Amino acid sequence: MAVIKLERKPLSLAERTYLPQIVGGLKITLKHLLKPTITMQYPEERPAIPAGYRGAPTLVKDPHGREKCVSCQLCEFVCPPRAIRITPGEIAHDSPNAHVEKAPQAFDIDMLRCIYCGLCQEVCPEEAIFLQNVYSTTGYTRDSMVNHKADLYQMGGTLPDEHFKWDKKKEAAEHGGSHHG
Amino acid sequence: MAVIGVMFPLAGACSMAERKISAWIQGRPGPNRAIPFWFSWVPVLGPILQKLGAFHLLADGLKFLFKEDVVPGHVNKKYFIAAPILAMIPALSTVTFVPFGAYIDLGGNLTPLILANVDVGLLAVFAVSSLGVYSVVLAGWASNSKYSFLGGIRASAQLISYELSMTLAVVPVLLWINAPGTAGTMSLSKAVEFQSQPGFWGGAWFAFTMPISALIFLICLFAETNRQPFDMAESEADLVGGFHTEYGAFKWSLFFVAEYCHMIVGSAVFILLFFGGWNPLPWLPLSSVAALLHITELPLLVGLLSIGIFLGKILAMLFLFMWVRWTVPRFRYDQVMKLGWQKLLPLAILNLLVTIIAIAVIQH
Repeated sequence: MAVIKLERKPLSLAERTYLPQIVGGLKITLKHLLKPTITMQYPEERPAIPAGYRGAPTLVKDPHGREKCVSCQLCEFVCPPRAIRITPGEIAHDSPNAHVEKAPQAFDIDMLRCIYCGLCQEVCPEEAIFLQNVYSTTGYTRDSMVNHKADLYQMGGTLPDEHFKWDKKKEAAEHGGSHHG
Repeated sequence: MAVIGVMFPLAGACSMAERKISAWIQGRPGPNRAIPFWFSWVPVLGPILQKLGAFHLLADGLKFLFKEDVVPGHVNKKYFIAAPILAMIPALSTVTFVPFGAYIDLGGNLTPLILANVDVGLLAVFAVSSLGVYSVVLAGWASNSKYSFLGGIRASAQLISYELSMTLAVVPVLLWINAPGTAGTMSLSKAVEFQSQPGFWGGAWFAFTMPISALIFLICLFAETNRQPFDMAESEADLVGGFHTEYGAFKWSLFFVAEYCHMIVGSAVFILLFFGGWNPLPWLPLSSVAALLHITELPLLVGLLSIGIFLGKILAMLFLFMWVRWTVPRFRYDQVMKLGWQKLLPLAILNLLVTIIAIAVIQH
């Protein structure tokens, strides 16, 4: 390997006085002084949340307004910090969603325990729980840091659904044949 | 009293300006939140003052007054409390020897506005402002803590090293304004008078005729006021807080007001000696500006104009202090000593010799 010897020039007088360098530095800082500030004024300005952001877990409804969660409790079991607590409940017989197996009676996520790992979203067979763009959860008490079912649906909103699995199941049950058809 | 009444708030406002300028240089908006609720009803002015952080200044001051004033158990209590008071005394008293403006009296003479117009002016400023270091040393020693102690030691070493070059840098100016054989003076207003004479050489500020003196004086000024890049006494990276490590609340803020007062007085002296005092521009003395504005007969207006010009220059100097602070990193202690003794002192002596010869040649 060829070795290239670089000749180190001795510093010139101007460089040794250090003064031109200070003037150069002053120019740079002056430029920064005149530049607009880049700080985001947080509570007034909010950051744009990118798609796929893993914020607080939320529950979603399908486009027909049916709550997608069937309270299978898989998320509760998979949750590493045990932040989720579900109380399963029956669906009334006269409800239009009576064909769906179950619905959660209560669904609490303790945001003091949640570690935003997204395993609940990963494990959900019904695509009912999603980590969405809520990034700031605050409260004055421990109780206020628990998101109840109503809060979860309010935060989650509606997500588009391509399958309408339970509608197909209902149709299959009424007209015979497999819903996989 | 009126001057001190200006000095104290100005020194306080400096702390806010410092925070704002540091913020702007770093691309931040700086303190811009605090506002009393009733002031937010004022249109335009309210938001502007809020954005400039004016109310943070008041809030800070109040905080310093009302928070618990801790005196650590291990300190030498009497001297611990005396130190910040001692810091304030020279800081506020040097201003009496500094002329801050001029007016034209009925006889047509330019008379300086000064509290104590003594012939030893400059010497007095140097003598009293050097006392400021005693408070730092006392604070460092009374704190009974190694960081404070080191801070105090460094401060005294630095002051001694740079005081020499500073004084030597001023001597050429004094030689220039004092002709041999006549009554000598060290008055600062005389120096300004010399920079407001007609003609090319008479109107030139001493910064142009003696740039090396001005440069040495400026560097020493940074060192004397313990400002970056020479803030050896504090150097929060290696000494926690230096001499004020053990101080808090109002006593701590007194040290800071004292530092800013030193900065103000230091820049005032620098401007008087090298940047034409209350003359607005080189080769454009105050008296001709007054004649231009037809206010020569109104001493009050001329006085206010000169004070305004002088204050403007001081503010520009304070801005330079803060600007440099966020540009140049702190020197190491040995570098400071090397710069002071091996570079600035020989340069100052050489500069003195050259100026003496030059003056001798010119006057013969």
